[in-house]
Amino acid sequence: MSAEALLAWARGPAFEVALVIFIAGMLLRLFEILSLGYKTDLSEARGSGVQGGLRTLFSRSLPRPSILAKEPLRIINSFVMHIGLLAMIFLFGPHVAVFESLLGFGWPNLPSGVIDALSAMTLITLVVALMLRLNNPVLRFLSTPGDYWAWLVTLLPVLTGYLAYNHLLLPYTLMLALHILSVELLLISAPFSKLTHMFSFALSRWYQGYKAGHRGIES
Amino acid sequence: MAEEITLLESLRRRGVSRRGFLKFCTATASLMALPPALIPRVAAALEQAKRPSVIWLSFQECTGCTESLTRSHAPTVESLIFDHISLDYHHTLQAAAGDAAEHAREEAMKQHHGKYILVVDGSIPLAENGNYSTIAGISNLEMLKECAEGAAAIVSVGTCAAYGGLPMAKPNPTGAVGVSEIIKDKPIVNVPGCPPIPTVITGVLAHFLVFGSLPELDHLGRPKVFFGQNIHDRCYRRPFYERGQFAETFDDEGARKGWCLYKLGCKGPITYNACATNKWNEGTSWPVESGHGCIGCSEPGFWDFGGLYKALSVPTGNIGSTAVAAAALGVAAGAGLAAMNRSKKQAAAKAHETMTVTDLNKET
Repeated sequence: MSAEALLAWARGPAFEVALVIFIAGMLLRLFEILSLGYKTDLSEARGSGVQGGLRTLFSRSLPRPSILAKEPLRIINSFVMHIGLLAMIFLFGPHVAVFESLLGFGWPNLPSGVIDALSAMTLITLVVALMLRLNNPVLRFLSTPGDYWAWLVTLLPVLTGYLAYNHLLLPYTLMLALHILSVELLLISAPFSKLTHMFSFALSRWYQGYKAGHRGIES
Repeated sequence: MAEEITLLESLRRRGVSRRGFLKFCTATASLMALPPALIPRVAAALEQAKRPSVIWLSFQECTGCTESLTRSHAPTVESLIFDHISLDYHHTLQAAAGDAAEHAREEAMKQHHGKYILVVDGSIPLAENGNYSTIAGISNLEMLKECAEGAAAIVSVGTCAAYGGLPMAKPNPTGAVGVSEIIKDKPIVNVPGCPPIPTVITGVLAHFLVFGSLPELDHLGRPKVFFGQNIHDRCYRRPFYERGQFAETFDDEGARKGWCLYKLGCKGPITYNACATNKWNEGTSWPVESGHGCIGCSEPGFWDFGGLYKALSVPTGNIGSTAVAAAALGVAAGAGLAAMNRSKKQAAAKAHETMTVTDLNKET
């Protein structure tokens, strides 16, 4: 198959299949979690559960000073990685065009050069994340193949995107096809791996925050 | 028929001075990206070059490639070259018709066997025994095979001859293919484009005249000297891409300011051609300069890229309805799962027997 045909396939049928699996799979997982339901809390409310839930959605996104002091590299690395990923996905011009075609509306984008720098930085943070995992005996022991898989399917789109943008290694057409295919691999994997946290993080933070808020605990 | 005189002699007869000839050699060398030191070699080779016989076969095509060539501007490289080759057979340009035309082709093939250049434009239909396109009762496939046999080299002019082009677009009813899908035992150079840049066609012929061989080719059989550069890399709008400034419509403020046309479907990033450097119409302009994105016409299968006006990153399918169907599927499956879990929970609650202190005492 030529690079052109591969690109056409990646942008066409392959993307549709990946999108169906991603949307259906993710909704299935979210329903699965939601259907677990709350345990009825009969205690008298000492605070607002809703307020607690909303607060935690944001507060848990910030590093806890105690943990930051203990493992600054891991925390900062993780922060930079997530910010880099979000900026790359949502603020790169060609990506905004994809969302525009899906949603019917778009938003401003960052200069491509900035995204390029961010992707280089994100690549470094992903390598650091793997090294931190491998160098820590406890973490290494706790790691499952699923953890490494999640790392790989996150790395591949960033790597291929970086190489494609900079016209490195392979001709652009082939690299663009590989980039789109790697994104599709990520989409297909997301509902069935720990990458589900891209949505479920909100549910768990809300749940913890709601419970804490109900009990009047500042979380 | 090809005359046995040299190119220099032929030019002299047409009133081209020695100085004019050297200027032409310099332009030719420059066109082929040769170092200036090779200009004398180009001049020496062209001085001695005999007018080569060229047989031009037009198959499933629109004559755009010939149109492109005939609109080359005098007295440039292309017109000089084409004044001084012996174009022995070309449907559109030859005076002869009918039997006379076919005899001219046969005569040229016989007289210059093993030495003539075969130029092909248009794709070759293979479906229905090739009956979709015939010339003088001969199918394109048959004529190509017949003419290729005695050719020194084949030049596939235009995307149709190179890769199948428009006739090969899905669903390809005629079973169209490019020349290289059929002829495997001859040197073939692809000069794709819809149409190709005239100077690129003539540059390839000039290379053959000077060196007696075809230029260095890329993985798609295209001369690297013309197709080695990416349109996007050479585009004068590239700084706007870097700055993230994209035209959203063809007439918005961004478009007027010359911003990048990526979002309007420009295929520059995946297209290799000389448009950005050689330009068209006497170097006047090229598609991106005139406000339209590159359509990727020198790439195989460019008609099936998913729309000329869809950004390269954008999926080509009917994503909206697919997403809605997927969401419905996910919600239904999720609701089913939730119902199953609930009934399991209820069954467990029903089956649950409450233990009393008496029960516990019984066990001890």
